[in-house]
Order: sequence, then structure tokens, then C-alpha cells
Amino acid sequence: MRYAMVIDTKKCVGCSDCVVACQTENNVPEGFCRDWITEVVSGSYPNLELELRSERCNHCEEAPCVRCCPTGASHVVEGGIVLVNASECIGCGACIASCPYDARFQHPDGHVDKCTFCHHRLKKGQLPACVSVCPTKCMYFGDLDDPNSEVSQLLKDRKYKTLAPEAGTKPHVFYLI
Amino acid sequence: MPTSRRKFIKISALGLGGLAATGGAMNLMGMNPLLDAAVKENVARKLSRTPTYCEVCFWKCAGWVYTDEQQNITKILGNDDDPHCNGRLCPRGTGGIGMYTDEDRLKTPLIRSIVNGEETFREVSWEEALDLIASKFTEVREKYGPESFALLKHGSPGKHLEHLFKAYGSDTIAEPAYAQCRGPRETGFALTFGSWVGSPEPTDIRDTECLVLIGSHIGENMHNTQVQEMSDAIDRGATIITVDPRLSTAASKSDHWLPIKPGTDMALLLAWMHVLIYEDLYNKDYVEKYTTGFNKLKEHVRTCTPEWAYAITTIEPEVIRKTARAMAAAAPATIVHPGRHVTWYGDDAQRARAVAMLNGLLGSWGNRGGFYFKEGLKVPKYPHPEYPKPKWGWEAIGEKYPYAQMGITQELIKATIESEHNEHPIKAWMVAGTNLTQSLPQQEKTIEAINNLDFLVVVDTMPMDITGYADVVLPECTYLERYDGIRSAPNRNPSIAVRIPAVKPKYQSKPAWWISKQIGERLGLGAYFDYDDYEEVIEWQLKQLGTSLEEMKKIGVKNFERTSGPLYLKEDQDHEFFTSSGKVEFYSKDLKSKGFDPMPVYTPHPEPPEGYYRLNYGRSPVHTFSRTINNPNLSALKDENTLWVHPKVARIRGLQKTQEVWLKNQDGVVSDFPIKVRVTERIRWDSVYMYHGFGHANKKLSRAFGKGASDSQLITRTAVDPLMGGTGLRGNFVTILTEDPHKNSVI
Repeated sequence: MRYAMVIDTKKCVGCSDCVVACQTENNVPEGFCRDWITEVVSGSYPNLELELRSERCNHCEEAPCVRCCPTGASHVVEGGIVLVNASECIGCGACIASCPYDARFQHPDGHVDKCTFCHHRLKKGQLPACVSVCPTKCMYFGDLDDPNSEVSQLLKDRKYKTLAPEAGTKPHVFYLI
Repeated sequence: MPTSRRKFIKISALGLGGLAATGGAMNLMGMNPLLDAAVKENVARKLSRTPTYCEVCFWKCAGWVYTDEQQNITKILGNDDDPHCNGRLCPRGTGGIGMYTDEDRLKTPLIRSIVNGEETFREVSWEEALDLIASKFTEVREKYGPESFALLKHGSPGKHLEHLFKAYGSDTIAEPAYAQCRGPRETGFALTFGSWVGSPEPTDIRDTECLVLIGSHIGENMHNTQVQEMSDAIDRGATIITVDPRLSTAASKSDHWLPIKPGTDMALLLAWMHVLIYEDLYNKDYVEKYTTGFNKLKEHVRTCTPEWAYAITTIEPEVIRKTARAMAAAAPATIVHPGRHVTWYGDDAQRARAVAMLNGLLGSWGNRGGFYFKEGLKVPKYPHPEYPKPKWGWEAIGEKYPYAQMGITQELIKATIESEHNEHPIKAWMVAGTNLTQSLPQQEKTIEAINNLDFLVVVDTMPMDITGYADVVLPECTYLERYDGIRSAPNRNPSIAVRIPAVKPKYQSKPAWWISKQIGERLGLGAYFDYDDYEEVIEWQLKQLGTSLEEMKKIGVKNFERTSGPLYLKEDQDHEFFTSSGKVEFYSKDLKSKGFDPMPVYTPHPEPPEGYYRLNYGRSPVHTFSRTINNPNLSALKDENTLWVHPKVARIRGLQKTQEVWLKNQDGVVSDFPIKVRVTERIRWDSVYMYHGFGHANKKLSRAFGKGASDSQLITRTAVDPLMGGTGLRGNFVTILTEDPHKNSVI
């Protein structure tokens, strides 16, 4: 099992519903977020391209945050989900510095926090909160090891990219372009 | 601007200590520490859910409010059975929880009082506030007649108060949602198809093959069904054509983006009709069977060639032809979208008519992938005595505009300002759920009218700017804490949704139905409010509709079968449109008889003077007008607006990104607050753009005060639609000031 998220930039309108849903679902402290919207404009008027996309922890296969964690608080669980064990985290910030996606932040309680792919919901057979609320249904979630899963099919049929591929982290969040 | 008689009171002026203490206490009992503990211990909380429909915008999506055992609201999710949201709310609906938790909410009734020679607000009991209001209702009725008490409203609370006003004898009622928003399109479509577009729009985006958006920002306006269906249309490979001077989100998703010069849309619409007719691409069967005036239209647009339109719109003739052909190829599964906020240049009803006529040529009205025939359920009226007949009201006040079908706010404002020949003097206002200083243009006129009032009562959940001008402020509870009327909106199928309180009202806030009943009873109108709790009204109505409150509490939304016939026209079906001819009217005898152009005509609109830029404004997907800016969940996403300027403009004027600037409009009005520059290619060099709703002036809105600039403040010039009185707002021009113009003055 390898969990992955696929986000269709052709459909995302950048409304931030994923951000609010994550905050209420995961009780993210005020002023912080585990996911966010990025807008990229290229070209010049009127020959323009606009890409809107929802970003978060990429749950990398080669996760630098896990490698550099001195206490083992950052770890990988079933399905390739990268999690932080708050009680083992000493808040040293090494993982924050190592993440090429700027996906981690220091929780006011001292530990490091980030997207969990809504691990607690997956256990109950539910989709991550962000995926479940998106009005444009531009986000897909599933198992890359299952060739028939929606995510596998989309990556087979459509052009896609990952963010910062040069970092060699093998992200598990894919963007359809 | 406020005069000495009515000094603007910041609600924080008095009772700050008390409010702050309440806030602290609420924090102690608030949700966060409990939730933190629950998360840390990984304890699964037992959540229960209550049905509601959202009040953060007018789309009114049905959802579930989740509360834990301590009666804390934890989240709000969409109702899977709701045709407005299909189980998925937008960010504002998801963040609706912040309307409830906002610690800046109005907490107690307030009365304007003089303390130590200073005008200030005094916290009072409901009894005292309601007694005072009732005495003013009586006073106005005795001195001038009930018609002189006006209601300016928006949303669900407005409905309850409208009932009070009608029982009292006044239908001097208006809302900015008409003359400042969608009014012109209803007139334009009614004159062509005999029907309003209405809300939600019966656009069959789900099945369309070609969607044409003209200044309509689906994706930035989060009109949920439309956003969802447009996303499906993208998946299906439908052609999307967007006309917008700015690269909107929708424009970026389009096959064709037409970056039109602002103010010239009518020329493009006429040229499109020209191509459809003269290239013989129009829907001949439909035009022959259902329309009238085609030959006159053909002659009318003969000279409106794409080359003619190119010189006006800057859209190349080949692009105009190509897009017209794309529309025709997909017809009748083509939607030329009517838009929603369409009060732009003063000829808006005529422009909306051109949009309607284009749809007529394509045969999209009544066809799959175009516009479907919507159907709603009529909710039976809870029995009450007949309303008395007012001597005059919104209709008489707006009689100058023969096609006005609702009250015109600006005309009510005029009738409030004393003048010699005013036959309809308005002496008191109740304002409910609309922040008039932001939702109306010409702020100075609004304030002048307020200064002419004998009495102003404001009902709101938040200390919006308008509350500062009130004599009495009533704290309404949020939609999460109250019953409201049954939502019955026309869609593909009739459906109803209920709003049940998920939690008890915070502070001393009360629902609008209760406020109406309390005032009504004090005025001897108790017979109109024959219930103890609004729950009884809904219960009775639901029973008439063949369901029950008990059932609705479990399901939230109930869908019904259609009874009015099919969703679309059947082949060769006769169909009578509700126009005077029974046909789709390309040529309008009615308009002609009233002295208006029977077919839309292109008129040039004012251009920005040297050194000025056209002020364009629009929606942020995370906010609804000015009312959500202080919402803690939504303010965290966007707490201030920016001024979009083209890189060329930035270079010429030496502007840096994130630099703070002030704006001055053509009438010398300067923005109260600075706004940060955003340099972007997404906008033309002849205009600037900002999100609407920011730049709040009331300090009590701790997250919104002074954040960004208010477009409304800079809209001092309006172009009034001669058909229905809509106020065109897009003819205002601003120049950019880099030095603080308020340096030596105190705001």
C-alpha cells in the first residue's frame, strides 16, 4: 500500500476550502495551516497561464525530515504516511529546515506539526478532510500499488508533475497539468 | 462626514471592560483547550449533528453542524442530498463556524445615550431596547403614517422583519441585492423570455457543451452548484469562453479568454449576434418556433460586424467569429451566463437583454445544456390576518423606473433626504443583515440620509460599520443558533431544507423571528405572531408538505418529484413564454411603448482621465461581501485586500510590490486606509482591481479594522439604469497616492 494524493490543477480554483476543512478537522491552531494554496502566473498580458494548486506535506518516499530527525519522532507508517509523534518530538526544527516544501511548522505546544493525510480518518475508511470537501472535486486519494485505483488510473492517463523533483524526495502528491 | 447630531459611535466606546471580561470567560470555557486535550489523548469525541442551511452567502447550501458533548461546534459539513452543495460546502460554509465563535460579536442590545456630554452606546436589557423601538414605531405611525418607517435588509433575518413591517402597514422595503446587484439581469431576461433568471440560476452547466462567462467569476464567486458543475464541464471537455478584462480564475480555465476593454461588452454581444445571423449559424428551428422580431434584429445588428466591434472592444475579429462559431456548434447546449452582479455601466438591463437574446438565437433557454425549467415547492403560509394596505411604498418611491420589480435602495435614500417635493418622506429605518455603508455606493448620500432620520435601528450579528450610526443596536444570533424559514429554492427538482439551532445563542443574542414577534406584540400585532417558538411554524408547514420536523431533523434536506412537466422543451412542443407575445422577444414593443430602445444599442461609457485607472472590484472565494472579513477562520485565509496593478503601471508610477498606497477617485474622495500593491500581469494597464468588502472603519472589528481599502468608499459616481433603477458602479476612476494623505488628520 502506497497512499498518494492527485490534484488536478485544471480544475482547482484555489478557493481554500481544503485549508479551512483541515483546520476544523485537525484543530490546527490559529495562524497556522497544514495545507495552503499556491498561485503561479506565467507569461505576459494577454498571453497568460495561471496555475492554482493546493499544497501540503508530500509524504515523500525518501523523506529528508525522517532521515534527519534525531529522536525518531518523524516516522513512516503503513501506506508511506509520514507522521510526527508529538511526545517524542523535542522541537529541534531540523525537519523543518530539511523539508523542501516548507510543509512543517512548530506547533505552539512545542512539537512539530504537519499534514497527516488525515490518518485518523483513513483508519475509519474516510477520505482526508481536504479531499472530502473540495467543491471542484479536483483532489483524488488512493493507493498507488493498486493499478485500478483512481489515482493510478489518473497518473496513467494524464500528464502530471511533482513539486521540486530535483530534491529527489519522491513525493506522493502529484499534480495533473 | 458624520454630523454633530449623529456622531459615529465605535461600539467599543463603552462597556469595553465588560466585553473584554466576557471574552476571557468564554475563552476559558471555549473549545480549544478541550479539543487539544482530546487530540492529544487521541480520544474519539462523540459528535452529534444538526441540520442547517448556510447563511454565509445567499446560495444557502444545506449542511450538518457537528457538536461535541460539551456543546462546542467542531465542524460544518455539506448535506449529501442537497442540490445546492452535493455534500460539499465552499470555504465560507466550512468556515461558517467562525460566525459563531467570533468574540467581536454584538453581545447585548445597545442604546445611543449621552454620557458626560458624549454620545455613546449604553448596554441595555432587551425589554428596554424593544420598548423604545416599539414607541418609535408608534410615533412614526401617528406622526407620518407607517409607510415612513423603512426596512433595508438582506438574507434570512430580513424575511421575519418584512413580516413585521407588512403587519405594521409598511412595504417601504428594499435590499441592495436588487438595485446594486442582480436586478438588471432579471429585467433583461424577463423582457426577453418572460421569466426572471432567479436564484439559483437555472443554468444547466452540468450538461453544457459550451459555457460563456461575461464578467462572471465562477470560482472566485463560490456559487457552489455552479462551481461544481463548471468543474464537471472542464472534465467533460466542454468549451469555456470567458470575457473579462482581468485574467480571472475562470478565464484561466477557459479555452478562449477574451481580454475585453472594460465597458464595451455590449459591442461584443451585438457582434456575436451579427455573426450568428449573417453566417447563418443561429438555431433556425427554435427561432422560427419560439421567437418574434428576428427580422428586426437581423437589420438591427447588420452593421455590428466583428470589425466594428474590434475597434471598440480590442477583441480581434477572428476571435469574435471563432467564439461565435463555437457557441453555435454546441447549441442548444450553450449557456451565455446571465451573471449575477451586473450593475456596471447603467445600460445593464439592456446588456442583460442582449445576453438573453444571444441565448434566444442559440435556442438554449429550455434545452439540455442551456437553461432548464426550474421548479420549486411553495411553502404554505402560516395563517395570519391580512396585511393592511399601505398608502405608498417601494413601488411608488421607484415609479420613475417602470421595470423595477423590487425596492430601489437609492430611491429610498433619496426619499429619506428632506426635499421640497418629497411625497414619500421616510423618517425611520430598520437595517437588518446589510452593512449599508459598504453595500451601497455614494457613502456620503447614505450618511446624509441617516442624518435625516428620526430613528435608526440596526439588527446584526456583528458590529458592522452601519451599527455606529444607529440609535438602537440589536444583537441577532447567528444561523447556527436559530430556527429560520424553510429553504425552498427552485432547482432541477423541488427540494426543501431546514435550519435547526445546533447550539444555544451566545451572549444575549436573539433570533430575528423573536425580535419581530416582540416588537409586533408591543404594537398590538400579536395576531400576526401566533406562536411561542418559530419551531411551531416550521412544524406546521412541514406537515402541510407531507413531512415532519422529526423527519427533517434526521435528513435535513428532502427532495421531491417534479410536477410542472419536463425539465426541457420536448421536440416540437408548443410553449408559451410569459412575455406579452407569448414568444421569446427579440424586439420589445413594450420597451418601445415606454420610450426605450426596443433592441439593445451600444453606447460608449466614460473612460478614465489621464493618470486615473478604472476601479474594478470583485469577490474573494473566502469572503462574502464585507460580512465575513472579521470571521476568525476566514480572516486567517485573507485578512486584507491588495491593489492589482499591471507591471507597466507599477513601472511608470514607481510602485513596488507590497508598498502601501492610498487611492483618490475622480471626485476627490480618498480611501480611509492604505492598500498594498500587488503587481500582476493578470490585469490590464487601464484598470486596477481589488477584492470587495475590505477597509472596515469600525475598530470593534478587531481583525478587519483598517485592513485594506474599501471599494465602496471610492464608488461615488453611479450610472443609473433608466429601466429599473439599478446603479452602475464600474464608472469610477482612481489615481494612486504614495504619500499618506491623512498624515495630519485623525480618522
